[in-house]
Amino acid sequence: MSTQIQEEADEPTETEAETAPAERQSPGDRRRAEKRTASDQAVGSEPVGRADDDTFRLKVFRYDPEVEGKMEPRFDDFYVPREKGMTVLDALIYARDHYDTTLTFRHSCRQAVCGSDAFFVNGRQRLGCQTQISDLEAPIRVEPLPHQDVVKDLVVDMEHFYDQMHAVEPFFQEDDLPSGDLEEQRQSRENREKIKMSTRCIWCGACMSSCNIAAGDNEYLGPAAINKAYRFAMDDREGDDLKQHRLNIMDQEHGVWRCQTQFSCTNVCPKDIPLTEHIQELKREAVKQNLKFW
Amino acid sequence: MHEHDVLVIGGGGAGLRAAIAAHEEGADVAIVTKLHPVRSHTGAAEGGINAAIRDGDSWDLHAYDTMKGSDYLGDAPAIETLAQDSPGETVQLEHWGMPFSREDDGRVSQRPFGGLSFPRTTYAGAETGHHLLHTMYEQVVKRGIQVYDEWYVSRLAVTDEDDPSDRQCHGVVAYDIKTGQIEGFKARNGVILATGGLGQVYDHTTNAVANTGDGAAMAYRAGAPLEDMEFIQFHPTTLPSTGVLISEGVRGEGGILYNAEGERFMFEYGYANNAGELASRDVVSRAELTEINEGRGVDDEYVYLDMRHLGEERITDRLENILHLARDFEGVDGLEEPMPVKPGQHYAMGGVETNEHGQTCIDGLYAAGECACVSVHGSNRLGGNALPELIVFGARAGRHAAGTDLGEPEIATGKADEFETEDNLDTPVEPGAVADGGEDESAVADGGERTDGSRVSSDPRSDGGETAVASADDVVRRAVENERTRVEYLIEKDEGIQQAELREKLQKSMTQNVNVFRNEEGLKQALEDIREVREAYQDVYVDDPSRTFNTDLIHTIEMQNLIDLAEAITLGALARDEFRGAHWRQEHQERKDDEWLKHTMLAWDDGTPDLYYKPVILDGEEKTYEPKVRSY
Repeated sequence: MSTQIQEEADEPTETEAETAPAERQSPGDRRRAEKRTASDQAVGSEPVGRADDDTFRLKVFRYDPEVEGKMEPRFDDFYVPREKGMTVLDALIYARDHYDTTLTFRHSCRQAVCGSDAFFVNGRQRLGCQTQISDLEAPIRVEPLPHQDVVKDLVVDMEHFYDQMHAVEPFFQEDDLPSGDLEEQRQSRENREKIKMSTRCIWCGACMSSCNIAAGDNEYLGPAAINKAYRFAMDDREGDDLKQHRLNIMDQEHGVWRCQTQFSCTNVCPKDIPLTEHIQELKREAVKQNLKFW
Repeated sequence: MHEHDVLVIGGGGAGLRAAIAAHEEGADVAIVTKLHPVRSHTGAAEGGINAAIRDGDSWDLHAYDTMKGSDYLGDAPAIETLAQDSPGETVQLEHWGMPFSREDDGRVSQRPFGGLSFPRTTYAGAETGHHLLHTMYEQVVKRGIQVYDEWYVSRLAVTDEDDPSDRQCHGVVAYDIKTGQIEGFKARNGVILATGGLGQVYDHTTNAVANTGDGAAMAYRAGAPLEDMEFIQFHPTTLPSTGVLISEGVRGEGGILYNAEGERFMFEYGYANNAGELASRDVVSRAELTEINEGRGVDDEYVYLDMRHLGEERITDRLENILHLARDFEGVDGLEEPMPVKPGQHYAMGGVETNEHGQTCIDGLYAAGECACVSVHGSNRLGGNALPELIVFGARAGRHAAGTDLGEPEIATGKADEFETEDNLDTPVEPGAVADGGEDESAVADGGERTDGSRVSSDPRSDGGETAVASADDVVRRAVENERTRVEYLIEKDEGIQQAELREKLQKSMTQNVNVFRNEEGLKQALEDIREVREAYQDVYVDDPSRTFNTDLIHTIEMQNLIDLAEAITLGALARDEFRGAHWRQEHQERKDDEWLKHTMLAWDDGTPDLYYKPVILDGEEKTYEPKVRSY
């Protein structure tokens, strides 16, 4: 399904905002009050929280395939108190724990390494935990990642992303292990440096979601999977035969050649991985490889 | 019903390693995990893996450092196993392609870490855990091991003999988060718990939101005792506003701690005259809080960690991730200014009692990694010893569960008759399950685990006396029924209290009262608060009626685990009236070896927790570790 729904044009008025439950209640009290309010009115039409100088408006995409009133996608508005250092994830957690415990999103580590909380924030793929509220214009609009099926609210189906990641033989295949006891393979500092950025991928899916080509071609491996292939193809420990094998996987219709170097993946990557460059380098390697076998 | 030889619960470092090991032994193994494996919190580990792989180093030096770091509360057979197996496991990771940092000769890099006599912390930048996790997940994909991801295991299927050591684990019940299906998983050989930490018991923690101690709590309620739960590690360098970890690697590379007066307090106030910033974590955390309490903290809240003098090149080469973390989560440029840091909950030294093969006292139930207590870390874990624990004991549990003979374990599990029982603990409230409410619906809210654990009967008497012992299938099936009843109840109940409110209250009390500095009054206050939360939990309900991705329900079930573990931590802390490792008591300022060279054991005992003690094993393979004064 698409997240491109018609947004209600009307801003909530002051009066509406003030009818929202007062602060200083316990979260439970607030919830119960809101639940009553919600049952009296059309769900989702009323902003939650108080609109004033200390709060900002968080517009969150809502959808649940089996709950009355949420089957039609909509946006809910929450007024969240501004705090120093607050991130988009903090704001979502605040809205969930204080206003609406049914608000659903993935999150875990809070430090940009688990890759669970990539959302579409103010029109761009970002990690919720890594995005400061102070860097964004209010209202802050949070939607699930585009081009992926929505499971519920901000949760998208990651299966296709995982399938593509798994399609590139995403595991080290040793070439010639040293025979000595406890002997590691040697790798130069330069070679480790070469693959360093590519190994930082946290599988958040932001790149794939930003890619127009991936949106139109479901078989396209996509930037994350190609980057994974790059990580191994460029690792000298694997040896030349395996490198050739990996380039063959990339050198196909739905591999590297689909990329049209729009740089959208590179622009949204929360780990600053130069994805487009990696794809381009694999294209060059694939061409060289093909020439060699002429 | 799903069926496999070995079920691994949790997809972090210990779980992945266990699954690979079981698979290599030919077992049909599956991983059941509430997060996709690459989302696991192993990925947040930064520092490295202690492994004696260089000339001049040896496993017995590693063992000695670990025993000293544990303040003589680790068990020698566990510590020696860790030190002996870590080199092979670490090189194995390299052979699986893990991108370790490299020296000029192409070999993997090692660096100094707190409490180590040799720079043996093997690292991959300041993101070692991320690379370890992804490297092992790659191997799981390579082997085609089945992963049930976003399946939340909420109950163990264990039989209910009176003595936990007679019980048997036949599988688990799991909830498919995406669809709301509740299904049974039968394990022919064994269930390995690898569910990680419990940091969510506290509100300032380096742990992920998912670290709710599920495995430890489920095993506890099923009858496996918890060991040394009072020992919680508070990491000295976490960012004040979020609890995000700043690796010990910063100090390992030469980073310096300053107070608000600009004094290098580790030396100037004599906290650690030799090791300074690289003293053991418990020592540094107490030093920082002492500075803050005595008015020398910055904004009365934190101190500074300065790495600017290391220079941009070295920082970028070895600690680049730290620059990103400080920038993104504290708004500080580590190249230009010192980073604010304070202690934060980081690691649970305690956990489910296991032997060195990962076995608990319940047949077929294993635990490995942070949720387990072998015990390697005793009363204080050394930096760089968590990752080797995952791979060493994960692999051993996987092998053993797959049927490999690892020999006779030296560590015993379960309560022996000769163990000393604690009868004199003065608690302000009764711990354990809320009194049986009979037909009261509250009996369902906490999973009906007040009297019969998370177990179901295999006792013929409960079936009227004529049938034989229930089959494994029956045990799993009945556990599934119980879980379905509970989930239905939680979702259908439409008023009461919500878990978020209870969680906040519990976390605040634990951070206030069961932190780095502890005293009797605070610990008793915590027990009262925990009791209040436990009683309120009887009236908990889930607002979200949806079967699709109901995180409200998951958090509500997790909350039960947080309550049980918070209570276990606090009971142990109140009982142990001495100062050892990470456990500091205001009224008891010395280590009391005559009285306290023993593990604190807590058994659920069907809802009336039984506190007892088990002797520490200080006899190693070749020598006995004599407790010495621990100074750095």
